[in-house]
This record gives sequence, structure tokens and C-alpha cells, in this order.
Amino acid sequence: MTDTPLIIAGKTFKSRFLLGTGKFKNKKDVSDSIAAGGCEIVTVALRRIDLERHEDNILEHIPPHVTLLTNTSGARNAQEAVRIARLARASGCGHWVKIEVINDSKYLLPDNEQTIKATEILAAEGFVVLPYITPDLYAARALVKAGAASVMPLGSFIGSNQGLKTKELIQVLINEIELPVIVDAGIGAPSQATEAMEMGADAVLVNTAVATNPNPAGLARAFALAVEAGRLAYVSGLPTQQPVAKASSPLTGFLYDDIPAN
Amino acid sequence: MTFQQIKNILEDTSPQSVEQLAQEAAQLTRRYFGRAIGLYSPLYLSNYCSSHCTYCGFHSHHHIQRIKLAPEQYLKEMQFIHAQGIRNILMLTGESYKHTPVSYLKEAALTASEYFQGIALEVHPMETAEYKELFAAGVDGITIYQETYDRSRFAQVHLAGVKKDFDWRYHTPQRAAEAGMRQISLGILLGLSDVVSDVYALYEHLRALEKSFPGVEYSVSFPRLRTVKTEALASCAIDDVQFVKILCLTRLLFPRVGINLSTRESPQLRDHLLEIGVTRISAGSNTSVGGYTLLEEKVQDPQFDIKDGRCVDEIVKLLKAKNFDPVFTDWRHIENCS
Repeated sequence: MTDTPLIIAGKTFKSRFLLGTGKFKNKKDVSDSIAAGGCEIVTVALRRIDLERHEDNILEHIPPHVTLLTNTSGARNAQEAVRIARLARASGCGHWVKIEVINDSKYLLPDNEQTIKATEILAAEGFVVLPYITPDLYAARALVKAGAASVMPLGSFIGSNQGLKTKELIQVLINEIELPVIVDAGIGAPSQATEAMEMGADAVLVNTAVATNPNPAGLARAFALAVEAGRLAYVSGLPTQQPVAKASSPLTGFLYDDIPAN
Repeated sequence: MTFQQIKNILEDTSPQSVEQLAQEAAQLTRRYFGRAIGLYSPLYLSNYCSSHCTYCGFHSHHHIQRIKLAPEQYLKEMQFIHAQGIRNILMLTGESYKHTPVSYLKEAALTASEYFQGIALEVHPMETAEYKELFAAGVDGITIYQETYDRSRFAQVHLAGVKKDFDWRYHTPQRAAEAGMRQISLGILLGLSDVVSDVYALYEHLRALEKSFPGVEYSVSFPRLRTVKTEALASCAIDDVQFVKILCLTRLLFPRVGINLSTRESPQLRDHLLEIGVTRISAGSNTSVGGYTLLEEKVQDPQFDIKDGRCVDEIVKLLKAKNFDPVFTDWRHIENCS
């Protein structure tokens, strides 16, 4: 079974497993997890990049072949997200940006309306914009129009490890949106990543589950395999689920002349 | 959680219940904060104070040397703190509109923004318009402790100055949030009044703020009344067991709220509390005006005595050895517009 690669903004990726870099106990665990997971896109919050301290600069721990996706963590509105993205580009962090606009510190749900505004501005300035959203069809369509390079709907509350609580809404995006759909936030177990990929998601992004695990590289590897398994299942085609048992060899076919016997 | 439930939890000091709470708190802390620990240093700009808080080393009736740092002096202090690696600064003053007006604080903030990525203030309460000016000058955070939510006790210990006004102080976080501040830190001074009532009232205050201003990152502090130059001040001392329970309960009820810990606490206790729920600590602190570079220790007048005197490097080494990630920058200056 052949598969098409993941293409975002014209760039081809073999891996469909993206990694976030927050909450790790040290920078070495980040680089080990990237290697073990075969990740090719890694997101880093600009607010956490310490350009002055060489040893503690997270960028030093991300291999050069990996695409750096700076995120706008801390932005509370479109204006702030735009400023952070511009600052990231000016600081040498490239022009791939994950828009995170969160104006609620309790639930950390993204503000879709502000995210669309920021996407419009940044896409027009030449950024490759991957917006993090609460799954919503209208917001996703507006993002397509605004020039987004993908949409990143949340599976459940960030950091919650609750899996695909928004499954039905994500499925709508997968069905209707032509851009890559990357499931972000809430994925706490490899089986949940498989589930997202089996649904037809183009990729998943994981952070908390890997970062807070005692063996982050081990779990990153597990996620990579799970993502691959889910993708392979999706490409191969999954059998439709039936509400009752269905015999693989019918027992009464012989009664009907017009049905050819197996 | 009701008052009675909080009271029951805080009053049950059996080792099993404390351990159970700590386990739950630690789990939530790791889930929402990972092993990242934020670092900051305080910078005391001035100890002029018009308030008379009976428990404070800076109060207006104390005969201490009054100092207000001139721009070249705070610059030197900032450069020293910056050289230690610190990028988050908490600038403090006594409560004196006259000696440390907004114009003075604004100048200090503008200088600080050359050296630090996160700038917070712990000064006298101000109007929303004043907070807006400070926000535009690069201040992102306001620390304002109610000290106690018990009005009669509040009146007993705040004898003079603006701090006598309970309500003006109580509504300060709201004014700061209206001005656009990103981080607001609340707190109570443990040992001042009935702890259960104060903890309950703090939670109510925080809940109300979360509802009205959901975009603000909140954090809380629980400073315990300490000695100032060996003078004991607490009227109802809080022991370590109660202290740990308060931190745990706070984490359980507010999983994403930051918990700060100052150098008031001993190194041993601080190290343990990192595992349980503390997310931000001060390091290499000096609580005297001019204490980093300008005055010799014997002539310093600290606001409170420090128990953890370890330098920034020592703290960083310790954090790493304990598998924590010391976080120096958690914000990047962008032009602030309200």
C-alpha cells in the first residue's frame, strides 16, 4: 500500500508525529524524544527561548533537519500573536508559526476569532501559519480563506490526556477541509494517536504525555509507531463497523437464484 | 469547596492525609507545569513608606535608613541581577506615592526592560490609568497581597497610610487586570489571622477574578510571617504541616494557577515543596534597598530576613540535579497596548 507524504506549505514530511517542547525536565530529553520519535516538525514557545543563555537555549537541542514551528504561547489576542510571530522571525526562528491565542488561563481554550485575524495578517506577510483551534467548521473555513497552511484542532483540553473528546467535530474538518488537519492537544496515549490517524487526520501533535513521562524518548517512539499504524490503517481502509454479527460466508445464499454462489 | 470542607482538610493533620494530598497535588503540578520551575529575583527600589503595618520591616515608624535608588543606582542593581542569569524581575517599594510615584516606577520599568523579559511590580495600589501607563512601559505583572481578608484584623495591623483602606486594596487586582496586566499575584500573610478564613477568602477572591478576567495568568503566594532583625512578629504561627497542606489544597482547587515561594523559607523546605506544587521561586535574593551592589550587609535594613541564601548558580545546579528545568524566560517583551 503506497501512501502520499504529508505536505504542508509545499514542504514534504515523512513523519506525521509532531512534538511540543514544553514541560520537559531537561533539554536532552527533548532532543532524545525528537530522535526516538523521528519528528520532523517541533514546536517551541518563543517566550521560552533564551537566546542569551547558550546552554539553556532550547534551539541548540533541535537538530537542523527539523522544521522549527515557533508558537505564540502567551498571546491573548490577534495583535499580540502577530507581534510574537514577527519577533520570532526577527530573532532567527524562521517563518513557520503555530498561532496560539488563548484568553482563558483556566481552560486554555483557543480563541478562534482572534486566531483567524492573526492568521490573515501573518499569512499575508509570508508566514507559514498553522493555527491551533477549537474544532469548528466555520472557523476552519475562514482559516482556509485567511491563508492558513493547516488547521490544528484540539482533541481535548490541553495537558488533560483525555484523548479525542471532540472526535465528531474533528471528523467534520477532516471531511470538509482541504488543508492538512493536525490533531493537537489532549492526546495522552499512543492508542489515541492511532485513533486520530485512523479517522483520517493528517498528523498529530503531542507534548504533555511525552514530556511528563519518566521515559520520554520511549514514549515518543511508541507515539511514532502508533501514528504510523493509524495512518497505514486509514490508507488501507478500515472495515465498517456493524451493529450485529455478520457472517463472512452467508448460509442462505443458495435460496436465491439471482445471487451468485460464493 | 465549602468553608467547612476547607476547614476539615486543613485541620486534619494526620500524616496519611497530608501525604495523600501531596500525592494528588504533585500529580496535577506535573501534568500542568511539567518539571519547569520559573526563577525570579526581587529588586527593592525604595523603602520609603507612609503606611504603618505592624509586621513590616519597612513601616513608617521604624527608624531605619530610608533610601530610594537613583536611576544610576537601580541600573547597577539590575545589571548585577542580570549577570546572575535572571531575566524575570520583581521590583518592590514601600507604600509611598510621594517618594515612588508612577513616573519613578515607569522610568525604572523602562530601564528594566533593557535587561529583563518579565517585569512585575509589588508597590502601592494604583488607579487603572496608572497601571495602563506602567503596562505600556513594559510592566507585565502586579503582585498585591491582601495580607488578611479579616477586616477587623486588617484594621488592627494596618494603622496608617493608604494600606488602611481594605476595599481599595481588595479591588487592586481588578484595576490591574483592566489595565491589561498579564500576570497578577495574590497572597495572604500567614500568621496574621485565622488561617482557614483567610485561605477560604483568598480562594473566593481568585475565583471571582478568574471569572471576570479569564485571560490573566494568576499566581499565589503564602508568605509566612518572619522575623525582621530577629524580632518575632507572628501572632498565630503556621507550622510546616499546615503550610504544606495549604499549598496542596491550592493546587487541587486551582490546578493551573502558579504558586510562588520566596527565600523566606528554608532551603530544605523549598527543595521539598518543588516536588509538591511550587512553580516559581526567587533566587539569589536580597530584600534590602541597594542590597545587591550598593550597601554592605551590616548597614542593610531588610524587609524580612532571608532563610535561603543560595546564589542563582547554586539554585540552578540544584534544580537540574533534581530533574527540574530552571526557566529564566517565560515571556518575551512585545509592545504592550491596552
